[in-house]
Amino acid sequence: MVKAIQVKGLQKSFKKLRVLKGVDFEVRKGSIYALLGSNGAGKTTVIKILATLLTPDRGNVQVCGFDVVRQPERVREKISLTGQFAAVDEILTGRENLIMIAKLRHLKNPHQVADDLIRRFGLTDAVDRRVSTYSGGMRRRLDIAMSLIGKPQLIFLDEPTTGLDPEARMEVWKIVKELAKDGTTVLLTTQYLEEAEQLADRIAILHEGRIIVSGTLEELKKLFPPAKVEYVEKQPTLEEIFLAVIGKKEGR
Amino acid sequence: MEAVKKHFFSDMGVMLGRSMRHITRSMDTIITVTIMPTAFMLLFVYVFGGAIKTGTDNYVNYLLPGILLIAIATGISYTAYRLFMDMQGGIFERFHSMPIAPSAALWGHVLTSLVSNTISVAIIILVALIMGFRSSAGVLSWLAVAGILALFTLALTWIAAIAGLSAKSVDGASAFSYPLIFLPFISSAFVPTESMPGPVRAFAENQPVTSIVDAIRALLSGQPVENDIRVALAWCLGILIVAYLFAIRVYKRKAA
Repeated sequence: MVKAIQVKGLQKSFKKLRVLKGVDFEVRKGSIYALLGSNGAGKTTVIKILATLLTPDRGNVQVCGFDVVRQPERVREKISLTGQFAAVDEILTGRENLIMIAKLRHLKNPHQVADDLIRRFGLTDAVDRRVSTYSGGMRRRLDIAMSLIGKPQLIFLDEPTTGLDPEARMEVWKIVKELAKDGTTVLLTTQYLEEAEQLADRIAILHEGRIIVSGTLEELKKLFPPAKVEYVEKQPTLEEIFLAVIGKKEGR
Repeated sequence: MEAVKKHFFSDMGVMLGRSMRHITRSMDTIITVTIMPTAFMLLFVYVFGGAIKTGTDNYVNYLLPGILLIAIATGISYTAYRLFMDMQGGIFERFHSMPIAPSAALWGHVLTSLVSNTISVAIIILVALIMGFRSSAGVLSWLAVAGILALFTLALTWIAAIAGLSAKSVDGASAFSYPLIFLPFISSAFVPTESMPGPVRAFAENQPVTSIVDAIRALLSGQPVENDIRVALAWCLGILIVAYLFAIRVYKRKAA
């Protein structure tokens, strides 16, 4: 199997704080891999190292077949990063943001690329407004759209749905699923178990600087005590009520 | 690596286009940058000017160089602000994870500073012309003035870059410019240094603003400039190089 990401013995400290204490994992090409962990577990540090923004202290990190330390330029050609804070320019319009990134990717027809993404991501109504007027969900959609420019093989999504309302979260989920269908590898981090369950082919749990378990959802479920059959009256969750009330219950 | 170098200038162009849009979208930056120095100019010419003895009959002519420096010092605080906002948001991370030269983003801001300060300097010169500023300088002298002002802008812009890159808060990012704005007051910009008491005069005569102001003033009035211009250029270049090296170091540490 071809690997999109290979990480062996990755360590990283910030001054005296040891954030990553030896992380190992592999991500298969074309899959969705979820890195699950609580705040401060080191998820963002892993992403930043993979995206060549930070250099590892120790360990071997290969992204799309290139070493992140020795060949960062080659890695950058293959990847796209959607960071924890929407990496969009607030003062520019949505369209201008897309065109800017297309130009920086040195594509031949940036306007055409922008138009295609605008249609695909349903941004048509808002695209000529400044991004500062966008809702969180729209901003995130634009953010991901910007990451798709230049057809990267691998996309990092660092907590893509943190701070989004349930509706917007489902939109992002839909986009991520479509990406994987097109053959793009996705590495996403999340604090929501449900998100990993919904999206990921494989899940790894990062805890105190190490990956403590990894596998498919089925494999992870086997690690825990077998399911017991109990009869529990199922109350609708507040989220289900919310979605039912606003009439958007599809998608689950 | 080759591809990154090949596209450096076009990438920088995109970055310049981006931050120029920031300026044209919020005209208040240009307005605040020009309004305060213009207000100083009006205040000093029409209120205090009558009491100031400079040995020239046209106080606007005397005052203009210092006002231009104040305008530039105000202008570059916005560069620090914009740079700080970029560092805070995710946009720099996106740029740095793309196959473009990391310094392209920084140079985009520096060039924007040059362009926007040129605009505000031009506006202030227009106001000065309305207020009676006249110059006997020829094309070459004007070019020399433009050169000095551009060097001064670049030098201060790189100081602003250090502030913008290393600041912990928005206020910190722009606060560094206050002493720079204040510096022309303790120089030959408003009054001749001869009228100042000993220690103040010593400071005023040996700080960069005085030599820069004197050089520009001499150029604009068609006087010989020999030593002033050399000292002025040395100050500008010296500050420029030191600030540049320091800013690049901070940038590499923060961005890598």
